[in-house]
Amino acid sequence: MTIKIKKGLDIKLVGEAEKTVVDLKADKYAVKPTDFIGVFPKLLVKEGDSVKAGSPLFFDKYRDNIQFTSPVSGKVIELKRGAKRKLLEIVIEADNEISYEDFGGANASDLDREQIIEKFLKSGVWPFIRQRPYSVIADPKDDPKSIFISAFDTNPLAADKDLLLHGHGEEFQAGIDALEKLTSGKVHLNVNADLASSKVFTNSKNVQINQFSGPHPAGNVGTQIHAIDPINKGEVVWYLNPEDVLTIGKLLKNGTYDATKIVAFAGSEVLKPKYYKTIGGAEVSAFAANNVTEGDKRFISGNVLSGEQISANGYLGFYHSLITVIPEGNVHEFFGWMIPSLKKFSFYRTAFSWLMPRKKYRLNTNLNGGERAFVITGQYEKVFPFDIYPMQLVKAAMIEDIDAMENLGIYEVDEEDFALCEYICPSKINMQSVIRDGLDLMRKEMS
Amino acid sequence: MKAIRKILDNMKPHVQKGGKFHMFHSAFDAVETLFFVPDHVTTKGSHIRDAVDMKRTMIWVVIALIPALLFGMWNVGRLHFLSHGEAADFWQMFGYGFWKVLPIIIVTYATGLGLEIIFAQKRGHEVNEGFFVSGMLIPLLLPPDIPLWMVAVATAFAVVIGKEVFGGTGMNILNPALTARAFLFFAYPSDMSGDKVWISDKADAFSGATPLGDALVDNIGSLPSPMEMFIGTIPGSIGETSTLLIILGGIILLATGVASWRILLSTIAGGMVMGLLFNLWGLNDYMNIPAYYHLIMGGFAFGAVFMATDPVTATQTNKGKYIYGFLIGLLAVLIRVFNPAYPEGMMLAILFMNVFAPLIDHYVIEANIKKRLKRAKA
Repeated sequence: MTIKIKKGLDIKLVGEAEKTVVDLKADKYAVKPTDFIGVFPKLLVKEGDSVKAGSPLFFDKYRDNIQFTSPVSGKVIELKRGAKRKLLEIVIEADNEISYEDFGGANASDLDREQIIEKFLKSGVWPFIRQRPYSVIADPKDDPKSIFISAFDTNPLAADKDLLLHGHGEEFQAGIDALEKLTSGKVHLNVNADLASSKVFTNSKNVQINQFSGPHPAGNVGTQIHAIDPINKGEVVWYLNPEDVLTIGKLLKNGTYDATKIVAFAGSEVLKPKYYKTIGGAEVSAFAANNVTEGDKRFISGNVLSGEQISANGYLGFYHSLITVIPEGNVHEFFGWMIPSLKKFSFYRTAFSWLMPRKKYRLNTNLNGGERAFVITGQYEKVFPFDIYPMQLVKAAMIEDIDAMENLGIYEVDEEDFALCEYICPSKINMQSVIRDGLDLMRKEMS
Repeated sequence: MKAIRKILDNMKPHVQKGGKFHMFHSAFDAVETLFFVPDHVTTKGSHIRDAVDMKRTMIWVVIALIPALLFGMWNVGRLHFLSHGEAADFWQMFGYGFWKVLPIIIVTYATGLGLEIIFAQKRGHEVNEGFFVSGMLIPLLLPPDIPLWMVAVATAFAVVIGKEVFGGTGMNILNPALTARAFLFFAYPSDMSGDKVWISDKADAFSGATPLGDALVDNIGSLPSPMEMFIGTIPGSIGETSTLLIILGGIILLATGVASWRILLSTIAGGMVMGLLFNLWGLNDYMNIPAYYHLIMGGFAFGAVFMATDPVTATQTNKGKYIYGFLIGLLAVLIRVFNPAYPEGMMLAILFMNVFAPLIDHYVIEANIKKRLKRAKA
C-alpha cells in the first residue's frame, strides 16, 4: 500500500552528514529525566555509585514499574539539578571496557506477553516505547490497537535510518517479533516509497509494510498513524524508532542493554558532518571537538524543527540519533523584513526562495519577526496533512478548552506534528509548546 | 545603517522599563523594528523560522494598492478639470489629485498609528502591522473632497471601536477600513453620497453622478461605456474606480498568496449569479443591465480584492471561504438593485458577512467534528 502525502514542506539545509561511520568514545554519558514527558524521577543512585550498563538509575514516581537504566558502566559523577532542584542530568563517567547487567537472552517466540514486558521494564528498554495520545512512555497495562515504526525521517538533516540499521537485520527482526506480541493489532513498518529502503526493513516479517511518499512530515509517525489507523477517543497506539527496535532486539539476543547506536552529527556549523558509532546519552563535546566552526552556535539534540536545545557541554537525548549545530541568529538585520534575501528560506511567495527550489540554506535561529496574534488563515493547512483544523486546535489549546480540544482531534497529534505550522507562522506563535501544554492538560483531566 | 543602529542603541536604554522615556517604548519599538529585524532568537519549539513575518505579508497588500492609488490621484485631477471644462496635461491632473489625496493619507496614518501605538504601550505588546494596510485602504474608500477632520474621526472610530476594543489586530470582527467608511456613511451622509461629492471641487453644471447613482434612479441610458468603467475614468471613491488596476493588484495578491483565491473567485461568482438572476427576472431597466456591469461598477472589484479577502474578518476555513465570498457577491448586487437608499451594496455586504463569518466557520468545523465522532463509532 502506498500512501501519498501531498501537504508538507521539505526544508533543505546545508551540512548533511556524509555517509561514513566513525567510532566515537566519549568520556561521559548522561540520562536526562527531562527527555521523558510526564515522568517524575525518583533516584536509585547517588553520586559516586558504580553502575553497569543496564543498572537502574531512577524510576517514575507515578508509574513505579517504569525504570530507567544506565547506558554504560562506570561511576555516577554528577546529579545535575536545575531550578527548584529539578533533576536534569545523571552523568556517568564510563569505564574503558563496558560491563553489562545480564537480563538473559531469549527468543520472543518462547516468551509470553508478560515475560516480554517484564524483561523490557527491568532492562530499561521499555521507555523506548511511547504512546499516542500524549506522546508519553507507553503503559504496560494497555493493549495498543497497533504499533507504528517509521523507517524513515523526513526532517531537515535527519539521520538516514537505513544507515543506522545497516547489517542488523537479525536483531531488528528479533525486536519486531517481541513487539508483535505486545499488541492485539498489527505492527506497522512505514518505509519511504520514493527511495529504495534497506533490506533490513523490506525483508522484515510479522509486520505490515506501508509505503509513504511526499514531503515532510511524511516520515513523522503522527502523519502515518493518521493515514493508516487514526486514534479515536480512548484508543492507544504505540510507536518507537527503528534504531530503538534494534536495541530491543539486542537485548533479546544477548540479554544485555546495549545502547550502542549510530548518531549523525550535522548542520551548517559542523566542519565535517558525518555519522558516529557511539552510545546513547553521549556528551556532545566529544562530537564537537575540532569539528565545529567558530562563533555563536546552537547545539540541538534532534532536528531543527522539533529537537531539544542543549549546551555545548550537553548530552544526546534518549530518543535522538542526530545532533544538529546551526548558527545563533542574535543579530539585528537592517530592513530584513523588506529586502529580498537569497540567504533565507521561506514557504511563502512574498519572499523569493521559491525561485530556487534546489538551493540548500544555512539558516540561523532568528525569529525573523515579532510575535503577533493570528492573522493569516489557510496557510497552516498546506503543511499539515491531517484532517484536523490546526489553527482552531491551537486556539482551543490556548484557551484550555478541553471539550474543543477533544472534538478538534488533540488525541491524534503531538507537538512535532505542529513543527511545520510553527515554522511557517508569520505571527511567530510557539505552536509546539501550546500543543504540548494542551496535551498535558488533557492527560491530567483524563486520568 | 550602522549610524542608525548606533542612534537606536543609544536611545534604547532610555525607553526601556525604568528609563525616563518608558512611555515612548512602543513608539521606539515600532521604529526600531521598521529599520531592523529584532535580534530575538527562538526559545521554544522549532529552532528555525520562516523568513516571512507579518510586516512582509502586509507590505505586499500596500504594494498591490499602489496602482489603484496612483490612478485614483490622476482621476481626481482629471475629473476636476473636466467638470470645469479646462484643459490640463497629465502632470497637472496628477498633481491636483496628488495634493488632494496626500493629506487624507497623512491624516489617516497619523491618527491610526498614533492610536495603535498608545494601545500597544498600554497593553505591553508590539505595534501590529494591521494598520499598515488599513491606513492605505481608508483613503481609497473615500470621496476626494472629504473634510480631513472627518477622516480623523472615522479612523479613530475604526481603530478604537472597530479593532482595539476586541483586542487589536487579529481579534477584530469587522474590517477596520470598512468600519471607518460605514461610520462616515451613516454619520455624515451628505459628504459621502449623492452626486456632488465624487468630483473634487466640481463645477455645478457638470453631472457628477457615479454609474451606481445613475442606475439607482433608472437612468441606465447615461451609464458610461463598459470600457470607461473598466479603465476607471468615472466618478467614485478615490481608489475604487479602475477595475483594470484593481485586477493588477489582485494578481499581485494572488501570486504572492497573500489573498485567498477562494474568496476572490466566489465573490465574483456570487455577483455574477445574482446579476444573471436579475436578468432573468427583468422587472426594470436596472435588473436588465448585463450582469458583468456589476463587477466593474462602483466598489465591487475593490471590495472583492482588498476587503473581502482580509484574513482576519473573513472565514478561516477553506470551505467557509467559498460560502463567505459567494454570499458577499450575491448580497452586494442584491442591495444595489433592491435598496433605494444605498446605491452601493458592497460595503454593507462585506460588513454583514464579516459578522456571519464565525457562524459559517462554526458549521464547517462542526462537520469535521461529526466526521471524527462517526469514525470513532464505526
